[in-house]
This record gives sequence, structure tokens and C-alpha cells, in this order.
Amino acid sequence: MEAARKKFILQWADNSMILGQRLSEWCGHGPVLEQDIAITNIALDLIGEARYLYQILAVEEGKSEDDYPFMRKEAEFYNLLLVEQPNEDWAYTIVRQCIYDHFHYHFLAAVSRSKDEELAAIAVKSLKEVRYHLKFSSEWLIRLGDGTEESHQKMQNALNVMAKFASEAFLSSEADLWMLENCGEPDLAKLKETADKDLLEVIREATLSWPNQQTVRRGGKAGIHSEHLGYLLATMQYMQRTYPGMEW
Amino acid sequence: METNWPLYEVFIRSKNGLSHKHVGSLHAADAEMALENARDVYTRRNEGVSIWVVKAVDIKASDPADGDFLFEPASDKIYRHPTFYEVPDAVKHM
Repeated sequence: MEAARKKFILQWADNSMILGQRLSEWCGHGPVLEQDIAITNIALDLIGEARYLYQILAVEEGKSEDDYPFMRKEAEFYNLLLVEQPNEDWAYTIVRQCIYDHFHYHFLAAVSRSKDEELAAIAVKSLKEVRYHLKFSSEWLIRLGDGTEESHQKMQNALNVMAKFASEAFLSSEADLWMLENCGEPDLAKLKETADKDLLEVIREATLSWPNQQTVRRGGKAGIHSEHLGYLLATMQYMQRTYPGMEW
Repeated sequence: METNWPLYEVFIRSKNGLSHKHVGSLHAADAEMALENARDVYTRRNEGVSIWVVKAVDIKASDPADGDFLFEPASDKIYRHPTFYEVPDAVKHM
């Protein structure tokens, strides 16, 4: 397999895996039972998506799909900084989710049109699930942003913190450019326009405002992460590191 | 101030052609949220094709204590059941 295609698959799979792990931390801690189930359903959708992608690599490289999430080191993960940011509270979780879902949805729509049939098929399957994620996080963003004074303030604070992580998704790595050149999609710069427009519309309806800041935090796609990923991996990889090759 | 979200009763149609059936209840801030919660709580295992949610307080229910005069009088009126007709052989599905 082309190194660029592998890198592209890892970027995508790691986003879903790491965000899935983050959301699964809510299991048993959701604000109410129904939201606890909703957010862990989304976590499972994301981990399922990551599995399809890791399986492609596992078959190609004669490894186990578990090797990718559980046996790689921090700098070998290529997920966005956005998805590894801590849950903090429901406001942070929803803001992070809503920003990611807007990228994820348009990204999958683009990949589903690409000439890479294997990846396009996975994108088509996940697109249905992510359409629900997008509806879920958008409605919560609006509900809490346009809610009470306190909920509005909490959402705006979360947005002020998360905004600087939003753009990395649309900055093309070499792997993204290779895919665009060889498979016709995804054109990240182009899908940024649509995703941003949709996200800003939701933010406006939530009576929130996109912070007026120029900072863009990036590095995840190159394996340079924030301090949070190490702790997440320590939890996620504990079993396989302690009992290598362990199976259910 | 009301601190609990109102209770909604959830009805699911398991497939087209069948009627909605009561499956349980949940709390939600409004009907839209109740619908989403119902989707996440009650249709995770492919249980349905359609959901109704109704505020529990909007359901007027009969009093179980009234059962003796509401329902028992029907139990000895077997002539109300259509069981005294001969079904012609030509009629296959009755």
C-alpha cells in the first residue's frame, strides 16, 4: 500500500478511535440516563468506523486490528488535537462534538465520492450514523446556547476554548493531498467552506458567537499532540500493554 | 422551579403495518428531546421504524379500581364475539 494512503487511513481512523474513547468516558456519568446512552451510542459508532479502517491495514500488513489502537505510541497517532481534548463537562463535550461532526459529515460525503472504492464504501456506511451525530450535537448546542443565562455562558466559554482546534481538520497533510490528487477527493479546503457555513449557522441559532481569535492549534496530523493524548492512551492501552495479545 | 424534566411515554411501531405499541417512558425537556432520547434508548437494537412520544400527564387513564364495573360486565356476554358464524370453506383467511 502507498505510504500516503496508509497515513490517510490512520488520520481518519485515529480521529474516530480517540473521540470514541473520549466519549466512552461518559459511560455511567452522563447528565441523565438518556444522554448517557446517546453519547455512548455515538462512541460506539465511532469505534466501529475506526475498526473498519484498522482492519484494512491489518490485512495489508499481516497484523491484528488491535495493534493499531493499542500498541502504537503517542507520536504514531495522527488524530486531530480537537478530538483528544478532555470532556471537562457537557458543554465542552457538545461544543467539541458539534465542531467535529461538521467536519466529519462533510469529510465522509467527500470520501464517498472518491475513486478509492474501499474507503468510499466505509464512508457511505458511516455517513448515515454521522448524520445523526450532527443532528444530536447541533440540537444540544442550540438548546444550551439559547437556554438559560448560565448554560449560554458555559457554552460560550467552551466555544472560546475549542475554537482554536477547529481549523486543523481542514489543513491538508501530504497524505490528504495525495488522496486528492489520486482519488479526486477529499478536497479539504473546499469542504471547509461548506462545513464552516453550516457550523456558523448553528452557532448563530444558538445565540453564541465564534470567538474573534486568530490562533490555530495544529500538530495532531503530524503526530505532535497536546499533553492530553498520553493520559488517554495510558487508560485505553493499559490492558494490551499489561497483558500483550490478550483477547476477550 | 420544576427541577425534573417531564415524563414522556414512548410508543414504537416495530414494522410497517403494525400499530405503535407502548414500550416504556423517559424524561426529556421537550417533545423533540423525548423523540431523540427514545431513539437512543428504545431503538438501539433495531426495534422500530416509527416513534411516538406523548407527555405522560396528557394521558387520561382509567382507574384500576373501577375494573369491576368497567370491564367485568363484558366477561359473560359471549354473544358479542363473532364465534357463532360458520365460515364457508371458500374463505381461506379468517
